[in-house]
Amino acid sequence: MLHIVNKSPLERSALDSCLAAAQPGAAVLLIEDGVYAATRGHAGEGKLRAASAHLQIYVLAPDLEARGMAQSLADGVKPIDYAGFVELVAQHRNCQSWL
Amino acid sequence: MAIVVDGKTYETDEEGYLVNLAEWNEDIAKLIAGEEKIDMTPNHWEVVNFLREYYNEFQIAPAVRVLTKSIGKKLGPEKGNSQYLYELFPYGPAKQACKIAGLPKPTGCI
Amino acid sequence: MSEGTAKKIMYVNRKAPYGTIYALESLEVVLIAAAFDQEVSLVFMDDGVYQLKKGHQTKGIEMKNFQPTYRALDDYDVNKLYVEKEALQARGLSQEDMCVPVEVKSAAEIGKLMEEQDVLLSF
Repeated sequence: MLHIVNKSPLERSALDSCLAAAQPGAAVLLIEDGVYAATRGHAGEGKLRAASAHLQIYVLAPDLEARGMAQSLADGVKPIDYAGFVELVAQHRNCQSWL
Repeated sequence: MAIVVDGKTYETDEEGYLVNLAEWNEDIAKLIAGEEKIDMTPNHWEVVNFLREYYNEFQIAPAVRVLTKSIGKKLGPEKGNSQYLYELFPYGPAKQACKIAGLPKPTGCI
Repeated sequence: MSEGTAKKIMYVNRKAPYGTIYALESLEVVLIAAAFDQEVSLVFMDDGVYQLKKGHQTKGIEMKNFQPTYRALDDYDVNKLYVEKEALQARGLSQEDMCVPVEVKSAAEIGKLMEEQDVLLSF
């Protein structure tokens, strides 16, 4: 299944909640303010790296670029565009948005 | 919109539902029933009072399926069926009876 | 709707009541959609567990207290209510603080249930 997170990990616990529930093999897509989680050097970086061992982590590149963070993309996170977003939704059986 | 009973004015919404359910009384109920072309019998009052009790307890006007089932539980199967309730309130028991009971339109009722 | 076509629908509630409209909106959608005879479950995670914390008194804030409506869910054949164990613990709450009967499950167990759903509605 696909999990979508759109909140900054430093302001909200949405990503933590998502990672606690997500089952191995699931996909996590970071969009909007959620993209900050996919960058290098922030306090929660280690958590995402650990999660990427059993989850596929994606980030919506246009949201990353808009925030001037395109150069700070963390390892193990796959950037995708809007077409990739649509594809990801279509590939998965269901989807949970961690608002 | 508004209705007037004994010289007092009560606000209603554009479909005739009472805005403030605390203002409800039996005279208002009779007036709304008259507009709906319903002659209130003890059987009508039983349903109207049931609805008001349901609303007091759960803060919602029940959907017609739930109303039917709950009435059946409380008043018996001969009353807890849609034929009986539609005979009393031909334009829809949830909709008409709620209006007479001074409740908002049931959630999900169009 | 026939048995074979019933979909598994899960409502995921993660927001505290009154501060935002999410909790009330979710409850209204549940009641409306209950007419369609699907396999419905409600999950309360994170601050969503506060929606079920017993004893809401909303007179002072002049908002409708919709807590009693959770007790009507059973009439609507909605009786699978799951509450996240970690969320209760983090908030100093327990199952006894909930206003309706619920099943307490860990975040991981809830995650497993999510995988089984046809549709998830997030609030």
